[in-house]
Amino acid sequence: MYVAVKGGEKAIDNAHAWLAEERRGDVTVAELSLPQIREQLALAVNRVMAEGSLYDPDLAALAIKQARGDLIEAIFLIRAYRTTLPRLGASCPVDTARMAVVRRISATFKDLPGGQVLGPTFDYTHRLLDFKLAAEGEVPAAAMAPTDLADVPHVTEFLNRDGMIEVEPGGNATPPDLTREPMELPASRALRLQAIARGDEGFILSMAYSTQRGYGRTHAFVGELRIGTVAVEMDIPELGFAVEIGEMELTECETVNQFKGSKTEPPQFTRGYGLVFGQTERKAIAMSLVDRALRWAELGEDFTGAPAQDEEFVLMHADNVQATGFLEHIKLPHYVDFQSELELVRRLRSEALAAQEAAE
Amino acid sequence: MTEHSYNFAYLDEQTKRMIRRAILKGVAVPGYQVPFASREMPMPYGWGTGGVQVTAACLTPDDTLKVIDQGADDTTNAVSIRKFFQRTAGVAVTEATTEASIIQTRHRIPETALSAGQILVYQVPIPEPLRFLEPRETETRKMHELEEYGLMHVKLYEDIARHGTIATAYAYPVKVEGRYVMDPSPIPKFDNPKLSNSPALQLFGAGREQRIYAVPPFTTVVSLDFDDHPFQPTKAPHDCDLCGASESYLDEVITDDQGGRMFVCSDTDFCQTRRASGHIGALGVPVSEGDAA
Repeated sequence: MYVAVKGGEKAIDNAHAWLAEERRGDVTVAELSLPQIREQLALAVNRVMAEGSLYDPDLAALAIKQARGDLIEAIFLIRAYRTTLPRLGASCPVDTARMAVVRRISATFKDLPGGQVLGPTFDYTHRLLDFKLAAEGEVPAAAMAPTDLADVPHVTEFLNRDGMIEVEPGGNATPPDLTREPMELPASRALRLQAIARGDEGFILSMAYSTQRGYGRTHAFVGELRIGTVAVEMDIPELGFAVEIGEMELTECETVNQFKGSKTEPPQFTRGYGLVFGQTERKAIAMSLVDRALRWAELGEDFTGAPAQDEEFVLMHADNVQATGFLEHIKLPHYVDFQSELELVRRLRSEALAAQEAAE
Repeated sequence: MTEHSYNFAYLDEQTKRMIRRAILKGVAVPGYQVPFASREMPMPYGWGTGGVQVTAACLTPDDTLKVIDQGADDTTNAVSIRKFFQRTAGVAVTEATTEASIIQTRHRIPETALSAGQILVYQVPIPEPLRFLEPRETETRKMHELEEYGLMHVKLYEDIARHGTIATAYAYPVKVEGRYVMDPSPIPKFDNPKLSNSPALQLFGAGREQRIYAVPPFTTVVSLDFDDHPFQPTKAPHDCDLCGASESYLDEVITDDQGGRMFVCSDTDFCQTRRASGHIGALGVPVSEGDAA
């Protein structure tokens, strides 16, 4: 006998209670603290800040804990929180040439002013499981170099002196904010960069990778990759000058790309740009490749039909909070639509079978 | 038990103002998809974030809210959204279609005719009726601008050529006030006639796709068809097994593994109201006994 599908409210409450219990896991194991996540899972925290578009390591750590380590879920929590925050104003553009770098490498010059600084990188580690970490994670202190307070100029500036690389003129125009205005296509480069910066790392990575494999090839060199801390300043109208309100860690990547020249332009290198919160190297490099691939029209290159060249395709599908929501919503009830399809298919079948019988 | 740390109905007033502007524009240009700066909501995209934002922008403390999913008040997502507004807005809620001033819905239009002053808010997954014919937004916007709907008619014609009938059972495209082709959200085409000339205001919100559109009261909404293949609303050829209604949209419920099934109203309030007034379907029991069981 039919039992009405009642009790949705109770089911939801119970599911939430069970989820909370599962999140905590075995209570005989010590609970994770937020400082532990912030300090020891820093790259996860960085990704959540970058794609959540909110620079707050403590909140990102909380989101990761609440999301049971599901980073897309954590990004979603941060986004939903961020959207409720009032806008007090906009900071001045950060000056990455004045970044206090912890890592700075160039793949295009063996040595350069400011030096090559490897910093804390996985690059040359052997990926062997370190079983010592299973027992205890205590490490000896790393050697310290004397602090160099000089600014580290950008590699692209050296190239620029000879006119070897395109000039990216600065401007005072306020960039659009895609979290406050609906995205309009075609998008400006600023809007594209904004969308890619908060886009899914995996998606941007795959798009960038596809350009390397020939789907919209851009011949990219990493002119420079730098990670470090920059000061965030804000103009205070009452004071008449900018005041430092804090600092943040950023990863910046500038690619140098071949450009054969056009009818009006002699051959010259062109740029791709990536800038992401925290130490998020893979994302920053991928971002700069995708940025460059999307610039085909302004540089007079051919559209080869590559996905990474297709602005609408890239921008409309880069956001993992949107993507995961829409993907997973198909598990919500669709009884009504399915019922109408059921009726339709039944009718089409009965008509087809009747026609078949009539023919026989 | 309003959560005081959030504004009334969750969204801040600036955001509501932005959404209300989009709604007003939508009302002024019936069926036109108005871009709006959709916010991240505390429920996932695809769960009704567009509808929730539209509802939040329309709600006043005096409103009575009804939320349905698949026609039912007690499906999990309807419960979740209703709770959200109880928590953030503290508004009165109801399951009775006639008592609600705002009804948020997913996939159905209530069976009971709506009245003047009511607002029906639809949750919309893909607002663009031409999307599956042309994936590019830049192209489809141009097609709407130029009223270039030939592609849609070709699609419907191809359906007829292949199946002998238009093979779209839900999200059946309509033309609003003779101008814009509109996606009515994935309601079964059975519900399409209720879109037209309704005394209620109908608002459509698509959060992920950042679009709002509207059908103002007493607007003509025509389901696309051909003279020789007129539009036909369809439903399961049965009566409700609980309340005996012959004119309501039915859900099919599988009752055993021997092919047993029954048909019940998808609109739970409609069914309950009929049963309360003494209507009994083939497998139904009087309401009092049913509740005791």
